[in-house]
Amino acid sequence: MSGTTAAPDDTHYDAAEEFLEARTPAQRVQTTLHRYPWLSPAVVLVISVIVFGLLNSKFATPNNLSLITQQVAVVGALAVGQTLIILTAGIDLSCGAIMVFSSMVMAKTAFDSGVPGPLALLLGILVGAGAGAVNGLLVTKVGLPPFIVTLGTLNIFVALTLLYATGRTIRDSELGTGLAWLGETFTIADVRITTGVVVMLIMYAVFAFVLRYTAWGRHVYAVGDDAEAARLAGIQVKRVLMSVYVTAGAIYALTGWILIGRVNAASPNSGIDANLDSITAVVIGGTSLFGGRGTVLGSLIGALIVGVFRNGLTLAGLDVYYQTLAVGILIIVAVSVDQWIRRARA
Amino acid sequence: MTVTSQEATPTAQTRQPVLQAVQIVKTYGHVVALDAVDLELYPGEVLAVIGDNGAGKSTLIKCLSGAEAPSQGDILLDGQRVTFKTPLDARKHGIETVYQTLAVSPSLDIAGNLFLGREERRSGPLGSLLRMLDGTGMRKQAKTQMTSLGIGTLQNMGQAVESLSGGQRQAVAVARAAAFSSKVIILDEPTAALGVKESRQVLKLIESIRERGLPVILISHNMPQVFEVADRIHIQRLGKRAAVVSPKTISMSDAVAVMTGALKVVPEQEVDGPDTAPPAQT
Repeated sequence: MSGTTAAPDDTHYDAAEEFLEARTPAQRVQTTLHRYPWLSPAVVLVISVIVFGLLNSKFATPNNLSLITQQVAVVGALAVGQTLIILTAGIDLSCGAIMVFSSMVMAKTAFDSGVPGPLALLLGILVGAGAGAVNGLLVTKVGLPPFIVTLGTLNIFVALTLLYATGRTIRDSELGTGLAWLGETFTIADVRITTGVVVMLIMYAVFAFVLRYTAWGRHVYAVGDDAEAARLAGIQVKRVLMSVYVTAGAIYALTGWILIGRVNAASPNSGIDANLDSITAVVIGGTSLFGGRGTVLGSLIGALIVGVFRNGLTLAGLDVYYQTLAVGILIIVAVSVDQWIRRARA
Repeated sequence: MTVTSQEATPTAQTRQPVLQAVQIVKTYGHVVALDAVDLELYPGEVLAVIGDNGAGKSTLIKCLSGAEAPSQGDILLDGQRVTFKTPLDARKHGIETVYQTLAVSPSLDIAGNLFLGREERRSGPLGSLLRMLDGTGMRKQAKTQMTSLGIGTLQNMGQAVESLSGGQRQAVAVARAAAFSSKVIILDEPTAALGVKESRQVLKLIESIRERGLPVILISHNMPQVFEVADRIHIQRLGKRAAVVSPKTISMSDAVAVMTGALKVVPEQEVDGPDTAPPAQT
């Protein structure tokens, strides 16, 4: 490249060799962030933990940090499925509704019909996968945009949940054995950890592996990256999309199980706004809404950042409105960073 | 490439096209995109397909690569009738296509793109049970492939394709086709999105593919490029094959004249196989 301020066309043609040895420090940062999309949220998380720890001595205690993980368990687990869908350049507004619907199916079959806990759990997961399949069919077969599809099914599943539950909450004493198990805690070196958090972490580990090391994972990225290029490379795009929606549905149902453990009840009114929280976690975690770029690890970090901010601001004695304000600013900053990283590549 | 004696003597074997389209018709509603088109591709040759916009060259290529199904007519591969419902069908028959749109996945790395849709798993339980991919093995093979095609500038197979230039991306796409094609490589305007220098790289790639003995169908608008690499030129006009000519015996302006209909091709300029028109010397 001849000049330091090269014309855009110029960069398009000659950029490659230059990129091997990134030019300015800013571009080097850009390249690194692009390669590891979870890096910038990880930095934000570490800094915010340090800052909140300095502001309030109660913040950085093991038990408070454990409490934060419990607070983010539901949104964090939901974000695993949301990440899969956003990686395919989709979005899922119905995830919270599917989660609550599945949790009601688990609780009601266990309570009303006396189905054993594990079987009720399995039934709930099947219902979640089926709900995901409805989304998937509407996206792949009818060809509707994911936003519209899930906006519709969000309302449908909320309504179905209320009709099915007849507006009634099933409390802990009525839950079948095994269903409330995820609310139980164990201690490691005096730190209380709920099994729900462990299940969430296992879900992250499984899907981090699947996305990185299996052909299916690569196809998910390829489909989100450029669906037409993926199709021309011989990937069955619709089949991949369908499998993503079904898998996400099953993940939401599993999250419904975590939800039962967390609130120690199954209520048709709980967690309805978890859909936006899960999108927030995914976006703050560095996954691009345009698809093809991001990691589940980033979403876990994103969920933790939101949890740390909410908890830290509460401990700092700030009104709950400021928490919402902070989350809003975080979203805007995260998407701006994503845009900045992407611009370098165009 | 020099003319081999086998190619020069018209034997039954060399007269057999690798890929042949017989009276292909493709209509979209009332629009007739292809009106009974023939095409023959012989072993080891580069056949250029040229034509004005709307002449039907893209549709013809789509029919050959499985992206579209012809309304009528046959496609013969090694003399056997084949039907392609999807590009995957054509690929399974050894026909690989590179599209002008730089059909690579930007966020995947070079090896990932080369093996996209054909990933290889690890051996042992990691592969069979956990379905884990053999990343190291695929990168190694990718490297071998790139080197054998003379794309030495790309060293790191773990590099994301989006960090490559347009020419290098196209090189990855061509290398993918060359790696998995056993019969035919179709290149649809491979240099349309590229600059001058990068186009050169791709043309060199086409030549190294021909040296491997794989026949190539090259769709292009760029006359100098066509005349540089093609052995024969199929001229498409208004949904029909106007002529098949040799770049040795026709001038560039005459080829354009045939393409636009200003000139009807003179019979002695027509060639119908590599035996009557020796491939270009390189």
